[in-house]
Amino acid sequence: MINAVGREIPEEVLKATGKKVFEGAYAYDNYEYTKAAPTVHAVCDPKRSKMVENIHEALVKCGIKDGMTISFHHHFREGDYIVNMVMEEIHNMGIKGITICASSLGKAHDPIVPMIEDGTIVGIQSSGVRGKIGEAISTGKLRDLAIMRSHGGRVRAIESGEVHIDIAFIGAPTCDEYGNMKANGGKSDCGVLSYAVVDAEYADKVVAITDCLVPFPNVPASISMVHVDYVCVVDAIGNPAKIATGAAKPTTDVRKIMMADYCTQFVINTPYFKEGFSYQTGVGGASIASTISLGKIMEERGIHMGLGLGGITTPMCNLLEKGLVKTLVDTQDFDMGAIESIKKNPNHIEITASEYANPFNKGAYVNKLDFVILASLEVDVNFNCNVVVGSDGMITGAQGGHPDTAAGAKCTIVIAPLLQGRIPAICTNVTTVTTPGETVDVVITDYGIAINPKRQDLIECMKDVKLPFKTIEELRDMAYAMVGEPDPVQFGDRVVGIIEARDGTIIDVVREIKDYEFKD
Amino acid sequence: MEVKKAAMAGTLESSDAQVTVEPGNGKIELSIESSVIHQFGKQIKATILETLNRLDVTDAKVTVVDKGALDCTLKARVECAVYRSNDITENLPWGGVIK
Amino acid sequence: MSHPYKKRLRRSMMFLNCQKPGLIKDPYIYKPDSIMLDLEDAVAENQKDAARYSLYHALQEIDYRGVERVVRINGLDTPHWKEDIRVCVAGGADTIRIAKTESAQDVHVVEEHVLAAEREFGRPEGSTLLMSALESCKGVLNALEICKSSDRLIGIALSGGDYTKDLQTTITGTGVELQGARQQMIIAARAAGVQCWDTVFTNLDAMDVFEEEVKMIKMMGFDGKSLVNPRQIAIVHKIFTPTQKEIIFAEKVVKEIDEKKALGIGVFTVDGKMIDIAFYDGAKRTIDLAKASGVYEGDL
Repeated sequence: MINAVGREIPEEVLKATGKKVFEGAYAYDNYEYTKAAPTVHAVCDPKRSKMVENIHEALVKCGIKDGMTISFHHHFREGDYIVNMVMEEIHNMGIKGITICASSLGKAHDPIVPMIEDGTIVGIQSSGVRGKIGEAISTGKLRDLAIMRSHGGRVRAIESGEVHIDIAFIGAPTCDEYGNMKANGGKSDCGVLSYAVVDAEYADKVVAITDCLVPFPNVPASISMVHVDYVCVVDAIGNPAKIATGAAKPTTDVRKIMMADYCTQFVINTPYFKEGFSYQTGVGGASIASTISLGKIMEERGIHMGLGLGGITTPMCNLLEKGLVKTLVDTQDFDMGAIESIKKNPNHIEITASEYANPFNKGAYVNKLDFVILASLEVDVNFNCNVVVGSDGMITGAQGGHPDTAAGAKCTIVIAPLLQGRIPAICTNVTTVTTPGETVDVVITDYGIAINPKRQDLIECMKDVKLPFKTIEELRDMAYAMVGEPDPVQFGDRVVGIIEARDGTIIDVVREIKDYEFKD
Repeated sequence: MEVKKAAMAGTLESSDAQVTVEPGNGKIELSIESSVIHQFGKQIKATILETLNRLDVTDAKVTVVDKGALDCTLKARVECAVYRSNDITENLPWGGVIK
Repeated sequence: MSHPYKKRLRRSMMFLNCQKPGLIKDPYIYKPDSIMLDLEDAVAENQKDAARYSLYHALQEIDYRGVERVVRINGLDTPHWKEDIRVCVAGGADTIRIAKTESAQDVHVVEEHVLAAEREFGRPEGSTLLMSALESCKGVLNALEICKSSDRLIGIALSGGDYTKDLQTTITGTGVELQGARQQMIIAARAAGVQCWDTVFTNLDAMDVFEEEVKMIKMMGFDGKSLVNPRQIAIVHKIFTPTQKEIIFAEKVVKEIDEKKALGIGVFTVDGKMIDIAFYDGAKRTIDLAKASGVYEGDL
């Protein structure tokens, strides 16, 4: 069946998943549903300890068994030790058929690939995957369909009961013996625990794993003891050097600076750039450069940001320090500066992933965004973006908050250099649709800027602005003129994963990759 | 043109290609490895074969390791490898068989 | 008749290594006035041949979108320069930069080979322009004869590294070692009616020092500068582009002189400044530079 972004979703996938095809970014507005609830065990005897000796004991006490769904968060990013630690123990116990429901997985988790191959792990649900897990899924090694869902979509899937978590493992930089968890004050600080909150609230069993046990009560807690069954102390939950790097040096790449300047010029010429505006940006060189250049103009014109949202980096915190931002609302910290900022600045606050982006709550922060500045591997002439599947067909990225913020923001700007080597970023059809084009307003490349024709209002207000405006087709044609028109990836027939839209419908599928064959 | 001895041109840097030519066994034996094989395998192969054809190379083992090179670079690397295999560096036919 | 592009705007002339496909693919994106595709120092001795094939196809197949394509060829004391000239002309380079020029004779030798190549490859005779890099004391002393050596010659560029070695000093960062050469060259270039460019500045961590140097060479009269990194382009353009204030003043000067001349008035004031006919050419140049830089919106 063809969905609203023109992708064919095979009937057998619809049948196997019970899902519907994507009907549009806002098709589920006002949707009525009953929230799921976990089955929990009361702790009323004050003599009962929640402490367990090790992961093995936690698993035994939680009743781990074949076929369960377990969950993890990714606040430790590429420095995470928790996933591998827990999976190794599950593997040692001979448990099979596990589905991992993680907020994201990265290269740090390459060691679990053999467990995909031997059937310990049969399902993966994540914002995305990189490295060897991506290769394993793309080459058809995972038994079940992988499900890629956005940060907001994950909360929706859990709260609506679409996925039920049997055991949540939550790495906590500090924790007390009753399970009050905080993101800071330990050896492996990560700033916030936003993504893990829904796991704590909706999993049947919740295990807190820490390397820094602190006296009770560890308050104010990011995640409260009322959700926690067991507390396990381990030597290390992560590698601090990889959890948060030092603030990235502002880029010196002129191409990125140029795209950042285009972006800033665009932003300040929209009607949304006014006192109290709200803004989110990513971690790419051009995004960070645009935050810096926008900051200068805010200072010159005395315009303040009311809300800075999202994954937070040092340049945003610097604007907060300078008084140019009123409130920073944070779901993830990308560098040391951001972590230090949330520790000390009362106007830098932690929110849950549901508050951030869940499309099925009663209104998330993303809905209040004026601007979001995003990146993309590919953008097609319908403005559809692909942030998950590489142009070689291999799963290699994550949706993150891309579709959530794009759907929420009044002005969604995607920055992408026209070419990555020989690969054109602007193309006729993206390899895989992960963010629908109807939610993407502007694409900024080093060769020019295209405004989505749906946004005649933006086209109108840029009429007298001196920026290199082009149509999206012109950008694509420029790219193809330089590198040639790319052929589509030669996929196999088997579907190995689905790209879930925020609302749980299927926006695209990912097929098994096969070796390239020359056709004479 | 005859491929008289093994010769190589190009690097493995991004946007480049490394081309090796060796004396062949009576025909063109072409092997292509590319970081962009799915999108551009067909075009890479066509460009390499066209270039060899222009140079009238009909008997050679040709190995291409491509890192996303544009066609103009692929041609340059093939030509360079072929002329190197003949130790020719001067009075080249610019605009003739090199084009 | 002189070549139509002989005097085009050349504020920024950016070096690029011909041997690096990633660099020569789309440098026009940074909007330099000229790129200088290098066959000389940036290319290793055993890759000189490889660089020529890349150069040929780049010149033939890449649309540099109006950016001037200069090629720096190897010195006349090397075995490479003759083939370099053939490939430049065959590929259709706009301009050839002659390294280590020491005399008018050097230019004549290159010119002769360029002409032969233009005939060989069927390009219009005289279509390939030349510029000379002066890299020695002898070259600097012969600046005037070099500037006058050929109709094809668009100008001279200082190459500070080799020049200071010949002078038995180094690039000190103060500029004192380059004072003589800079003055001599700009005077010679103006006397001969050709352009003049300053040497490269290689410390990319000292952008403020770079900016000061660009301001200084602009004041000295240079037309522009050789560059090593795209980060330097915007700074050069900013400094070499007339400000709106300068443009408005120049506009008034030109208009007033045209008007007053008709009335037979020789000296008058514009914005409180004494103006006479001697200001005319300078004001016209400001307008021309503003037009070439794309910042002029008036009707002159």
